[in-house]
Amino acid sequence: MKPKLNASNAVAALMCAALILLPVYSAATGNIFILTLFTRIVIFALAAASLNLIMGYGGMMSFGHAAYLGIGGYAVGILAAEGIGSGFIQWPVALVVSALFALLIGALSLRTRGVYFIMITLAFAQMAYYVASALSRYGGDDGLTVYKRSDFAGLINLSDRNQFYYLCLACLFGGLYLIWRIVNSRFGLVVQGVRSNEQRMQAIGFHANRYRLVCFVISGTICGLAGALLANNTDFVSPAVMYWTRSGDLMVMVILGGMGSLFGPVIGAIVYLLLEELLSQFTEYSGLILGPVLLLIVLFARGGIMGLLGRMRRG
Amino acid sequence: MYLVVEQLLNGLQFGLLLFLLAAGLTLVFGIMDFVNLAHGSLYMMGAYFAATFVAWTGSFVLGALLALGATLLLGIALEYVALRHLYGRDHLDQVLATFGLILFFNDAVRLIWGPAGLALPLPTWLTVPVQIIPGVYYPAYRLMIIVVALAVAALLYLVVMRTRVGMLIRAGASNREMIGALGINIKLLFTLVFGLGAALAGLAGLMQAPILTVQIGMGENILILAFVIIVIGGIGSIRGVFMAAIFVGIIDTMGRAFLPDLLRKVLSGAAASTAAPALSSMLIYLLMAIILVLRPEGLFPAAKR
Repeated sequence: MKPKLNASNAVAALMCAALILLPVYSAATGNIFILTLFTRIVIFALAAASLNLIMGYGGMMSFGHAAYLGIGGYAVGILAAEGIGSGFIQWPVALVVSALFALLIGALSLRTRGVYFIMITLAFAQMAYYVASALSRYGGDDGLTVYKRSDFAGLINLSDRNQFYYLCLACLFGGLYLIWRIVNSRFGLVVQGVRSNEQRMQAIGFHANRYRLVCFVISGTICGLAGALLANNTDFVSPAVMYWTRSGDLMVMVILGGMGSLFGPVIGAIVYLLLEELLSQFTEYSGLILGPVLLLIVLFARGGIMGLLGRMRRG
Repeated sequence: MYLVVEQLLNGLQFGLLLFLLAAGLTLVFGIMDFVNLAHGSLYMMGAYFAATFVAWTGSFVLGALLALGATLLLGIALEYVALRHLYGRDHLDQVLATFGLILFFNDAVRLIWGPAGLALPLPTWLTVPVQIIPGVYYPAYRLMIIVVALAVAALLYLVVMRTRVGMLIRAGASNREMIGALGINIKLLFTLVFGLGAALAGLAGLMQAPILTVQIGMGENILILAFVIIVIGGIGSIRGVFMAAIFVGIIDTMGRAFLPDLLRKVLSGAAASTAAPALSSMLIYLLMAIILVLRPEGLFPAAKR
């Protein structure tokens, strides 16, 4: 299908161009800080996009999505600590473990709906948090330092700032492309159909929960990749990555940008993390402003930033 | 044996505190269909108010009462300014808005009281151990928590089941539109219920404060426990929440107290000392997962609407 030229697509296109050109700007101005900041933003954008797949398209309000960030991160960190530094092993392990975790908690959680689902995903993420806190061999509460970034046999050097940024960006674009393909496939349409009316989809012969579960697992796996990137970015992984406020942050990014729109979570991640960064530059008490801003967004800007852009076009 | 009795009482006391917190949450959820993550912040504010007012007045009881009033007013103000506009919205909107409130309250507390925690000292008459059965002593303060919380639970039961306001609350829980149509001022009722929930959270916070320190974020962990309780007990059911709270309080406390020793008997020392803290922290969540899988509506689901 041919993309339409409207405000939200224009913003998305501009944003992608800006993200691609960012290292050039950074190199030209010598501003290294902006590149490290945006590496982090791009990673969180990938995590938020994966959450958007189940939340925005699947109607599954997971409040435990940060668990996969931690699982992906710990897979990299633990393997590195055990002397397995190859990314060709670390990353597939991160993805597989995230997928298995998603399969397990998805199979249990999807028996419930609504607020119960929000709470049970939260509970599972807290369990993962406590397990990580108890891993005394791998730092326990204090977290685990990743002394060497994943090694891709000379193919790409993760310690190089620019290469790592482009790797993260490639993962983000790859993830978005995958999500776009999924959402517009037959499978994606069934998942969205289940979100709108489960009974009806059941009645015409779709096994609603199977579709939901597969979608849940795909989302968790993508977020596990973001976790592997995050551990490489910070050279560190700790239980705090999985703490429930992290899951809350991811939800905020999705809703802020616009749930159920492909680029919404990316914009949400950029705006949220930039806002956090800017506020922390001139005040220690960023929550005093960020909190009410969230409240106002919920009260007055339904559909997030993408929703606002969509309304702009319609006037 | 004495240790078991003591830990059982500790579990009961913790469970009753959790009940106070969860009761407010379930009232608000059951009646207004509103998910309030900021409930934990009200708990924290109760503790901070108490620490301030006790230091100010020099009297524990007077300070506690003032703190209770302050939390009640704060709850009402919060409902009036912001939260009443979120009723009838998607649960997700409510989660997000109240998540914003948590960020706000945490930094507001840091600005006003500073990042370090506060201590809430007990008056001497509450620090003596009391002999409950021959040979078993128990701290007077913890005993007082049990008594106060039980009294509040009984009072709550009487108010909800035996008074006119309680009747309206129950009616509101089963059909909001209908009691509005019957000419009841539902906005006022909601504000009152929210204030009551806030006061209960504040009470839990200020009673817990002398046992733990008063610090930022103290409401967050316990809020999740309260949610677990509501989910186990069945959303909107006060009786279910009461049972689930005591159940969770006792299991959590006993797990932390005895699981390490039990595991040491089964596993090797090193494996046990790794597994025990994780397992005892996870116990409640594990329990919740099992219950939700077996009974997705909780143990004591409120009557279907």
